[in-house]
Amino acid sequence: MKKLRFFLMAFGASLTLLAGCKPDTPPASPTATSATPPTTATEAGTTTATTSAPAGKVRVVYIPKNTGNPYFDGVVKGFEQASKEIDIDFSTTAPAQPDPTAQISFIKDEIQRGANVICITPNSVDALNSVFDDARAKGVKILTVNADLTGNESHRDGAILPTDFDKLGANQIELIGSLMKYTGKFAILSATADAPDQNFWIKGMKEALKDPKYAKMELVGIVYGDDKDQKSVTEAEGLLTKYPDLKGILAPTSVGVAAVAKVVESRKVADKVIVTGLGTPNTMRRYLKDGIIPAVALWSPPEMGYIAAYASFGMSKGDVKMTPDASFKTGKMGSRIVGKNGVVIAGPPLVFTKDNVDKYDF
Amino acid sequence: MISSRIRRLWNAYAPEIVVTILLILAFVISGWREPRFLDAAYLFDRSTLYTEIGLLTLSMTLIIVAGHIDLSVTSIIAFVGAIIATLYSRYGIPFWLLIPLAPVFGGFLGAVNGYFVARRNLPSLVVTLATMALYRGMAQILLGDSSLMTPPDYTGIERVTLPHTYLHTPLVIWITLCLVFAALLHRTVFGRYITVTGVNPEAALYSGVPVAQTLIRLFTLSGAMAGVCSVLLLSRLGVARYDHARGWELDVITAVVLGGTSIFGGRGTIYGSVVAFLLITIVQTGMGVAGVKAEIQVTAIGLLLLLAVLLSRLTTGRK
Repeated sequence: MKKLRFFLMAFGASLTLLAGCKPDTPPASPTATSATPPTTATEAGTTTATTSAPAGKVRVVYIPKNTGNPYFDGVVKGFEQASKEIDIDFSTTAPAQPDPTAQISFIKDEIQRGANVICITPNSVDALNSVFDDARAKGVKILTVNADLTGNESHRDGAILPTDFDKLGANQIELIGSLMKYTGKFAILSATADAPDQNFWIKGMKEALKDPKYAKMELVGIVYGDDKDQKSVTEAEGLLTKYPDLKGILAPTSVGVAAVAKVVESRKVADKVIVTGLGTPNTMRRYLKDGIIPAVALWSPPEMGYIAAYASFGMSKGDVKMTPDASFKTGKMGSRIVGKNGVVIAGPPLVFTKDNVDKYDF
Repeated sequence: MISSRIRRLWNAYAPEIVVTILLILAFVISGWREPRFLDAAYLFDRSTLYTEIGLLTLSMTLIIVAGHIDLSVTSIIAFVGAIIATLYSRYGIPFWLLIPLAPVFGGFLGAVNGYFVARRNLPSLVVTLATMALYRGMAQILLGDSSLMTPPDYTGIERVTLPHTYLHTPLVIWITLCLVFAALLHRTVFGRYITVTGVNPEAALYSGVPVAQTLIRLFTLSGAMAGVCSVLLLSRLGVARYDHARGWELDVITAVVLGGTSIFGGRGTIYGSVVAFLLITIVQTGMGVAGVKAEIQVTAIGLLLLLAVLLSRLTTGRK
């Protein structure tokens, strides 16, 4: 009995604490709240900009898939670069795990913190629809970065994609073709056999090879390293054994291309077999500088962040409309044209060689 | 006289008192350090994100008081969601017919757990660890890596509020069920059976408690609650996917244990779990709106759990 009485009393107390009877006058809107003087404590561990944005500054937040992912650190660098050039107050935050719904609370919090534009690399193409709708109803712009809400484009204002993936396959063939002087046998080392991205690019590669320009090049096989280092090494060694006259290996995956470079180095065949593909400058720097591989390509995450920052600034000021054929200027990166569905392509892949690799850090 | 009453209250309910004080502190500190926290519309809206965790905390309290654990609940959410979405979009069964079936499906999946625990005498940790993987896997078999949409007019239950209040529908459901579960655990014969089973299952059996039957009912109830959560989550997200709600079972168990329920069974209150759940919600909201990084949020919850357990044990000398 006592137990119950105590339970009821305390339960009632906690309810009173939380009881939210709506006042007749509307509560202060998030924007009005955020206009209060920046008395906010900047305690250890808060993000770079916790205080409210001064009037006129555009508050932009970037929410990557999860924390501790170096790829997205590159995107953040681009945002930071742009925020030195234009009047934006930039911060970044992300959940610890890339779960489909983990970003929802971060979006709600950023709305409350007075964000004008939320840039996000979504963990789900559809689970975030309703929170995006809420944000946009409150006047916050939503810009997806690195990936789009395929099939749900109406729930965001625009998208910044790293490169034109339709052309990536052809781009990679031209890269290895030019390095092989357009003659000889080559093979592809991919990620997993059902990796949607790589398979889409390989389709584009096969299509590109029909061009008479590549008539003297022969694709002898495709192997799958499953984006695992050891499996990729084994598969690459298999290729070298099976085709002694192999002139090139194209690995459109960052794990794969590093593994192939390692194999070519240890077998001392770097002068005979040309290795290239997709890889980051930081992981491939050593191989490029030692002359193990001539070049490697990748779109630039910092460039994407930089362009997203300019797009965010323009959208918030009302100067940039994410409608097809509109265009906007992006500082030192030139201007970009908005494509179908409000998609902006950051640019063609960058090609890293021993001469330019030190200019990049991601 | 008064001090001895307080002493007795403390001895009996130390964890509940500790989490209540921590909740008030968390609320005051958040409001003081971060003015944007004190916005009722925001607080109530954001709390809907924890609907399912809050509901599962109630049934998990009963399970843990009985000396067991149910790790499969979040997989049941995903699996029931997958079944319902599949029946609706591939077989054209009206959605309103499927909503009341969700707790039935969930209850059945829970009863499977109950059968192995009660009739086969297997440890619930092992059984539900297995069904956690099994049900999640079956959800993935049904849906693959794709998502299935729910009807548009069913989406957004969390946006409907009780007239003139900030109380969103999921919160109303949660508050109602808090009272129901409190009555169930503290006022009914079933609740007594649960507690004595948790204290000592063999002694309970020899005292005439239908232990096996109680456990089967308990796991069925846990599954049914997961079924209810499933339809709420479907409405909140508007989409079913195999990987939804993954990992939430640990948040649920954290709330229950933080609220003073003994992980060995036999002791626990719904009040403690409810306050602990609110405490976690408030702490996460406060840190979220202050822009605290995710890794620090996770660390803080871990420290909070340790602190609460230490505070309530040191002073009472409870083993």
